[in-house]
Formats: sequence, C-alpha cells, structure tokens
Amino acid sequence: MRLAWLLIVALGVPALLSAEHRLLHVSYDPTRELYREINDLFLADQLRKGVIVRIDQSHGGSGKQARSVIEGLDADVVSLALGYDIDEIAARSGLLSKNWRDALPYNAAPFFSTIVFVVRAGNPKGIKDWPDLLKEGVKVITPNPKTSGGARWNYLAAWIYGRSIGNGDDSGREFVSKLFSQVPLLDAGARAATTTFAQRGIGDVLISWESEALLILDLLAAERFEVVVPAVSILAETPVAVIDKVAEKKGNREVARSYLEFLYTVEAQRIAAKHHFRPRNPQVAAECAKVFPLVEMRTVEEEFGSWAEAHRTHFEEGGVFDQLFEG
Amino acid sequence: MAKQVDSVLPGWGLSLGVTLTFLSVLLLLPVSLLLLKVSELSSSEIMAIVSSKRSLAALWLSVRTAIQAAAVNVIFGTLIAWVLVRYRFFGRRVLDACVDLPFALPTAVAGITLTTLLSPKGLYGSYLSEWGIDGAYSPFGITVALVFVGLPFVVRSVQPVLEDMNLDLEFAAMSLGASRLQTWVKVVLPSIVPAMVTGFSLAFARALGEYGSVVFIAGNMPLRTEILPLLIMTRLEQFNYGAACVLAAMMLFVSLVILLGTKFLDGGIRTR
Amino acid sequence: MRQAVTDTMDPMWVRACLIGLATLFLAVLLFVPLAGVFLFAFSAGADVFLRAVSNAETLHAAWLTFLAVAVCIPLNVCFGVAAAWAITRFEFRGKALLVTLIEVPLAVSPVVAGLMVMLVYGHQGLLGPILAEYDVKVVFSLPSILIATTFVTFPLIARELIPLMRLQGGHEEAAALTLGASPWRMFFMVTLPKIRWGLLYGIILCAARAMGEFGAVSVVSGHIRGRTNTLPLHVEILYNEYQFAAAFAVASLLALSALVWLTLKSVLELRTQ
Repeated sequence: MRLAWLLIVALGVPALLSAEHRLLHVSYDPTRELYREINDLFLADQLRKGVIVRIDQSHGGSGKQARSVIEGLDADVVSLALGYDIDEIAARSGLLSKNWRDALPYNAAPFFSTIVFVVRAGNPKGIKDWPDLLKEGVKVITPNPKTSGGARWNYLAAWIYGRSIGNGDDSGREFVSKLFSQVPLLDAGARAATTTFAQRGIGDVLISWESEALLILDLLAAERFEVVVPAVSILAETPVAVIDKVAEKKGNREVARSYLEFLYTVEAQRIAAKHHFRPRNPQVAAECAKVFPLVEMRTVEEEFGSWAEAHRTHFEEGGVFDQLFEG
Repeated sequence: MAKQVDSVLPGWGLSLGVTLTFLSVLLLLPVSLLLLKVSELSSSEIMAIVSSKRSLAALWLSVRTAIQAAAVNVIFGTLIAWVLVRYRFFGRRVLDACVDLPFALPTAVAGITLTTLLSPKGLYGSYLSEWGIDGAYSPFGITVALVFVGLPFVVRSVQPVLEDMNLDLEFAAMSLGASRLQTWVKVVLPSIVPAMVTGFSLAFARALGEYGSVVFIAGNMPLRTEILPLLIMTRLEQFNYGAACVLAAMMLFVSLVILLGTKFLDGGIRTR
Repeated sequence: MRQAVTDTMDPMWVRACLIGLATLFLAVLLFVPLAGVFLFAFSAGADVFLRAVSNAETLHAAWLTFLAVAVCIPLNVCFGVAAAWAITRFEFRGKALLVTLIEVPLAVSPVVAGLMVMLVYGHQGLLGPILAEYDVKVVFSLPSILIATTFVTFPLIARELIPLMRLQGGHEEAAALTLGASPWRMFFMVTLPKIRWGLLYGIILCAARAMGEFGAVSVVSGHIRGRTNTLPLHVEILYNEYQFAAAFAVASLLALSALVWLTLKSVLELRTQ
C-alpha cells in the first residue's frame, strides 16, 4: 500500500500548489452535453473576475450518484434528476440542510423538463396521447424506475394521466399496470433505453424526457423519429444544490454557490434552452415560447403531496411498482 | 495454523504472514463486514428478503443460465482443448491464444458487442428472429453472454490434463480391439472428468456473479430477465444496504458451495 | 511435457469435423464479436477513431488503467509467491482452507466485490468515518480503484505458482541452504529462476484481467471524467453519450491490448516448452 500512498501524494501535491478552485459537479445522465457548455461559460465568467475555477464532471444514474455522494464522493454541487435523491443525501449524510430547496429560486431547479413520447418516422402506430400507448401490439420502451430517475418521472406522468381519466388511484394503477404489460424490457438508465429504441430498433414508442427526445433528433438522425407531446404530463423539476459541508471543507463554498446562481442567468438559461431544457428565466422563456409546445404540466407536490410520499407509495420495496410485477 | 512438519526451508513466518495479512485485509475483513450487516437484520427480515418472489426468480434465473452456460462450456471447452492438444493444424496457435480473450476483454465491451449482434437488427439476431428466438433481452441472450465469459475456464482446466496424459493406455485399449469411440469414453474421458468438473465450477461461479456484460443484454424485467447481481445493484440504489448484503451473501454462499463441492468431488475422484 | 500428437489415431474426417466444430464455435463466440469491435470502431471513419483515442480524457483513462495494473501486479506477485511458498513448502493445519480462501475472489461477483469495498472504506462503512477525519480519500479515488482491481486479480498468480512449485519440490532450495546460502540468496538464486516462467505467466493473466475489470471498479470509481475513469468505464461513458464509434474505438484499444497480452502469453508458452 505504501506505493499507493506515494502515488496519491505525487498526484495530489501539484493540485494543492496551484490556487485554483476545483469543483466536483456530480450530475445525472442526460445533462452531459448541457453542463459541458455551461461550465465553459462559467469558467470564462469567473476568470474575468480573477478567479480560476476548474470543474470536474461525474455523470451516472441519479440514484447511483446520490448514493456515491452519501458514501463519500466529495461533490461540491449536485444536480440530480429528482428532488428525492437530494433529500436522501441530506437525510442520510447530513452534508447539507434538509431545506436545500429554499436556497435557490424555483425550488432550486433552474430549469425543468417534461415527459414526452418518441415514435418512429411517420408515426406508424398512430400514437397521439397516453391512451394510444395501450393499443394492441404497441411496444413501449421506458427504463427501470428503480434505477433511473427519468423512469420515475415517466411512471408518475402515466399515473397522473391514468388517475385523471377515472376514479382516482384505482384507475391510475390500472393504467400503469396495463402500460407496463406492454414494456418488453427495462433498461437501467434513460440513455440505455434510448439506445435500445433508437439503435437496436426495439419498441414502437419511447417515453422520455423532453430534453432527451429532442436531443435524439439532434444527434441520431432526425428523419427517423418524431416527438409526440401528450395533452397532460408532469412538471419534471431537476434540482441543484451545494453540498455545504464538502464545499466548505474544500474552500469552495462561494464558488459553488455562484456556480449554481450562474445557472439562473440569462446566458446559462439560453444554453439550457438550446439543449432543450425549459428555462425558468421569464425573459428566456418568452424568447423560446414557440420552441416548447404547450403542455398541461402537473407537479409532484399537487398530485402526490411530496416526493417522499410519492417514493414511499410507488418505488419503495414492495411499493406499487413492485406490486405490478409480483401481484 | 501451526506448522506441523519441521521443514528445513526458511520463510515460514514471513510467507504465511504476508499471505494472511493480504487475505485478511482484502478478503476476510470485507466478507465479515458483509455478514455483520446481514446479522443486523432479524431472521424474519432475512427470510422475507431471501424468499421474496423477486429474489427467488432472480436467483433461479442466475443459477439456471449459469448452469446452462457452464454446461455448454464443458462440452465445447473440452472439444476445443482436445483439438488444441491432440491435432496439429494451421492456425492452432491463434485459436489457442484467443481462448483467453474473454478473460481479458472488459465485460462491458463484450456486453455491448453481443447485444448489438443479438438484437433483432443485428447479425445473429436477424437469423434468430426468423426462427422465433429472441436473441437479446431474453434468458437466451444472458446464456450467450455467460458462455462468452466462462469459456476460458473449462479449456484451461482440461488442456493441461490432456497434455500430460499418457498415450500408452489409449494405444493399449485400441490394440485390444476397442474402437476409437470406446477408447475415448472408457479411457480418455474418465481421466479428464475431474478437470471438466473443476472447469464447470469455475465457469459457473464466474457466470453466476457476472454483471458487466449481462446488464446490457438481459432486459432486466422483474421476474423474467432480472439477474441476481442486478437486483443487488437495484437494492443498493434504493439505499437498502441490508437487503443488498443479504442477497450478496446468498450469492457468495451459492458460489462457495459449488466451489467447495466440486473440490471434494474432485478430490474424491482423484484419490480413488 | 507435451506428448506426441495423436493425429494418426483418429480418421481424417473425424479430425476435420472436430477442428471445424471448434473453430466454428470460437468464430461465432469470439472472432465475430472481436471483428465487430474493430469494425464499429472505424464505422465513422479513421479521423473519428483517431480523435477518440487521442482525446485527453481517453489518455487520462489509459494512464489510470496503467497505474491500476502497475500497482496491482507487484502486490499480487508478493502475495502469490508468499502464499505459494507457505502452501507448498510447509505442512500445517488449515492449509486446505487457505487454498480455498485464495480462490474465493474468483467466485465473488464483481458487484459484491465493489459493495464490500464500500462497506469497509465508504462513509457509511467501517473505516470511512475515521479516514474522513484524517482527510484520507479512499473511495471514489485512486486507492479504491486499486483495491478493487487487486481484489479481483489476487488469486491469479498464486493459482499459477502453487501447482508449479508443488511439482518442483524444495530439494534444490535445501541444497542451497546446506551450501551456506542465506535465505534471501537462496530465494533469488534458486527459487526465482525456477518459477520465473510460471510467475510471468501469472503476471500476464493478472495484467490482462486487471485492465479489463469493469463491474467492481464501476461501483467504487465515482466516474469523474478525467480523474477516476478507467478505460472500461470510459467506454461506457462514451456509449452513454451516443458516441458509439468513439466508444468502440476505445474498446478496440482494450481489445488490442488484450490481444497483445495473449500473444505474449503464447510466446511464453513456446519458450517454456
């Protein structure tokens, strides 16, 4: 082990000597392209103020990332697919306040997204809204809600729709149950599901983040796919937070805070919009009002009370999702 | 552990010390922590986790596909070992070198490549779907991936035994009028069976725990195509360390039983 | 100790069929996927390939992978030689248990291996809080990658050496000692030369396996781009960014180095015959 320590010292000392702030940003899967661009802008902005910043990025499934932070991945800031995962960090590690949502505007979610459908070119199965997903022979691709944050939003959006057409939770459960009987496989993450749908040609419709859906059109041959926007969907807030105790220890508190505040600036919001995340800044939102179709978006709070409750009912071991398969 | 026979050779303390330190730090400490985590749960909780439909289905799928894959490997691995040892042909060395490829290739690469080949649009998958077989995202696909990762173990177990085998017995059997097939079954097979068993158990143990390649190809549907290592990952992501540890201990137990069982079997056959 | 070939014992058609069958099986299972990796790697053109493999993050991942291999090999050599020496030169109670324990990592799922590293060194684990107090980083940094890699590879060298040294016996060592050699001199002048090919063989296996380890490292790495990504993890990252050609380009590097190890290994086999 002595050799290992020598190596650590050899690698660690140069980093200490330079007076730069080195932030570690732990994020979920579909934000790779977004933060690469925003980070460059932020670094330039800080440099103008005489502060040298470097940002390291780590991406992965939202739950896995949250667990890593709890286990000691020393993130200065996190941006995760759902607030519940940050709640878990706060509850289990105590590295940040449980009221982290109050630290920044809009529940600490600088941008948001919603859940839409991707179908194959020409929409051969005629999918226009939620009920069409249950049509005979339609195969639906959605990742595993147990391992993917995006998949939880998909599931909850379907539940909201199901509940709206009948008598409350029973029809919600019925709809979701039928929906998952049309799902041939559950990928571990949102990106894996996209690959299954787009590259392997499996399934007729992919339920996905709006940002991912539009990204597929950008990156993987726009002529092969179409995006279908349902009438009702969910307001998917993807929050950010400073991991206070870690940032403080590393002397990055100020920088981390201004990094997250930077996400709310007009420039950053424009980049977010460019990457198909819906901006919160009223000015930018107005600029790209035409780009993002109008959807009726329900929030987790009004539909389920809170993320903690939604999680307890649906995704906990033995919850509704497990019952769909084991019942 | 006390030394029983006084050897003239030095280094007893040093060599055993290094060995035990290494084993304790890397293996015994982590495994006992795993068991400690399990023991924090009550026995009814443990039973509930172990006997849940999900866990049993995942365990059964993992065990079943691992056995199938190890069986395929025993048949083809022995064949390959036989061909490599007994015949001389063009390209033999290349084949010989490539047998270890699955051992060295990252499992994720294998998984992605096999999924691409076996998915309905892929090279293999398109043929398979004509026959009505789902290549990827099915137990079949899992088995293929496991055959891939387990192949070297059987070949490398059987090969040295075949190389060291005395040919006189075979010649004798044949000169006494036994047919080639009879000779093979009666003379060759018995002497390589222990090695085949060892190869089977190693391939099985490797296949049972395989994650990297399988997670891409499995489909991950609860009760149908969800393997045990994935279920452990899922439990971890839910911050359910207790359940993850119980499942991990269960898997450890199964592979140890297989490993030890074949060791005894092997010893029994050899000391016959 | 290779025996004469038995080509003549089997009829031509049997030989042809068996060789054909073995080749076909290997072709379907190994060669086509391997060719696939290289084919996909160049599917977007040579410039995409070159950019992918010369990218700074790829190079850093390659460096980290190299480090992991470079640290785990000496550790495993020490362990392998020590364990083989203790097991083959002395009789003691619990020897069978020791031999079995050494093989356990081969039967442990990489996922479980990663989980166990977390249980020991993670912040919720046994040593994590103490380590954090002294500001020592183990998980999600280089040490945990080294630990996980060493865990999955440590049986390999010992497994090569034990049968070899058992076969060789200790008479020459004993002779050296009676001639007045010091124990270390005996080890370096007698034992090491005797086991060098087996040892090298084990080192090659160990290096090959260490380079490709994915599951266990994936649990403990933290996936920080340009800091804690090994090559196999980098393949997954690129794949998840829809950069399929680049992902396979990096994968082909790994496949290529696997082939290099395997070539080395067969050269070694030729040498030892």
